[in-house]
Amino acid sequence: MIVDLAPVWLSLKLATVTTVLLLGIGTPVGWWLARSTSRWKPLIEALVALPLVLPPTVLGFYLLSALGPSGLVGSLWSAVGGFPLVFTFTGLVIGSVIFSLPFAIQPIQTAFESIGPRPLEVAATLRARPLDRFATVALPLARRGYITAATLAFAHTIGEFGVVLMIGGNIAGRTEVLSIAVYNAVERLDYVQAHLLAAGMLGFAFLVLVFVFVINRRWHLR
Amino acid sequence: MTALAARFRFARDGFTLDVDLDLPSGVTGILGPSGAGKTTLLRLVAGLERCRDGDVQLGERVWQRRGERQFTPTHDRGIGFVFQEPSLFPHLDVRRNLAYGWKRTPVDARHLAFDDAVDLLDLANLMDRGADRLSGGERQRVAIARALLAGPELLCFDEPLANVDPEQRHDVLGFLERVPSEVAVPLIYVSHNREEVTRLADFLVLLRDGRVEASGPVASALTDLDTPLAHAGDAGVVLVGRIEAHDDGDGLSTLVVGDRQLLVSRIDRSIGESVRVRVAARDVSIALERAASTSILNILDATVSKVAPTASGQVTVQLQIGRETILARITKRSVIRLGLVPGRKVYAQIKGVAVVR
Repeated sequence: MIVDLAPVWLSLKLATVTTVLLLGIGTPVGWWLARSTSRWKPLIEALVALPLVLPPTVLGFYLLSALGPSGLVGSLWSAVGGFPLVFTFTGLVIGSVIFSLPFAIQPIQTAFESIGPRPLEVAATLRARPLDRFATVALPLARRGYITAATLAFAHTIGEFGVVLMIGGNIAGRTEVLSIAVYNAVERLDYVQAHLLAAGMLGFAFLVLVFVFVINRRWHLR
Repeated sequence: MTALAARFRFARDGFTLDVDLDLPSGVTGILGPSGAGKTTLLRLVAGLERCRDGDVQLGERVWQRRGERQFTPTHDRGIGFVFQEPSLFPHLDVRRNLAYGWKRTPVDARHLAFDDAVDLLDLANLMDRGADRLSGGERQRVAIARALLAGPELLCFDEPLANVDPEQRHDVLGFLERVPSEVAVPLIYVSHNREEVTRLADFLVLLRDGRVEASGPVASALTDLDTPLAHAGDAGVVLVGRIEAHDDGDGLSTLVVGDRQLLVSRIDRSIGESVRVRVAARDVSIALERAASTSILNILDATVSKVAPTASGQVTVQLQIGRETILARITKRSVIRLGLVPGRKVYAQIKGVAVVR
């Protein structure tokens, strides 16, 4: 009995790429949301939070429609020579990024908000320019928010099911991620495989959380 | 000569600040009750707050001018700002807090060497501590050193002692008093505590409800009976004197102030040095004849120049002693009994002289 590890690697790869992209997107968006007094802010906040309340299948369905060959994004994409988006890894990434958007942005936004204006004002009086202030004061002071954002985005991506099923299409070796592989194994009544994958996932999730709490504790004590 | 010219008309949340100031070099104290707009004024000067209707000019450099788009941001102004609340970077230890501005300051803009600032504020054994392991007084000492190390053209101190324990306040004030002689740039010191301000300032601005109530050199601002400063319970004057002699036997020092002499408790400084002393109005009494047998050491002949009642029913008497002006706080009955009117020759009996710097 050999466990098929391909879904595991695919899930890890997908979660890693998604997390990196989300931290990149979350930084400017979270910063803007934390500092802005614009009247459009609630609108953007609602938009960011939408994936929290939508059933994953609804989100997946809209993504499938939009990214498919006849969808708005998909047709534009293929018109400029892009390869198909649905049922590919790229499609999975797009879906995962949107699905986990609030999990990355909200902790980053909260972290920036809790810094307040004072440390940045202090940095300004010490001759630091805006980008310098951001890199040397805001980012280090928001690091706990980043750890939380990265953990949640990563874990949430590993655990997602509905969106990847809709937009990935459950293709073995290409879009069959861990959560779907467990489902498929149960469908086949292959409980050994299901147990191994599920237990592995459980252990992994537990270790990640322990790691995060240890890091948080250490920084807190400093 | 004007070092800093600042004019603002700034309104927010129903509060209006409307000031026009020409501040000389040296230390300017901005006094006023809370809510008078002191902090807002300081933030506007530093560029931390923006105001369209304003002009700020330090020496030759224009930082902002009404009607022009130009606005020099804080990081280009060269401001050493010490905030009221703790403001050390929590993610950096003391050494790296001090180095933050120092690293970003061009070598020719630096006023003092890194280690000199460490010594000046006595920080050598705190260097590896995090900001959360410092007392309130230590934090402000680090913040002051950090501001000095950033090569400021202007120092702005916003109630730096407000969040310091009373026991430590005196120590930090002692450190603050050394700043003007080490870093020769204009310093604006905001506080609601008159004692702090009169110990440090050469020039005073009195702010109330967003307006300048009075301003002027500290000696005249404190003795001008038209301003509320002269009528407050802790009214008094600051005199600058030179140490003439020490008498170790009696534990006294002789000061020359203008063309008169004052005896004070032995000062631990060399002959010839200048010191500032504070004479509180309530420590000055008035007699028509020179008392022969009295414990009071300082009895000086004076001329009454003004008499004004205070809100509390007492009377503030302004006295000329040679070129200097002092205040006496006495009762209304004494004024009538002694017939005190402007021009009257009297003797000022000074019970206490406090050396402040």
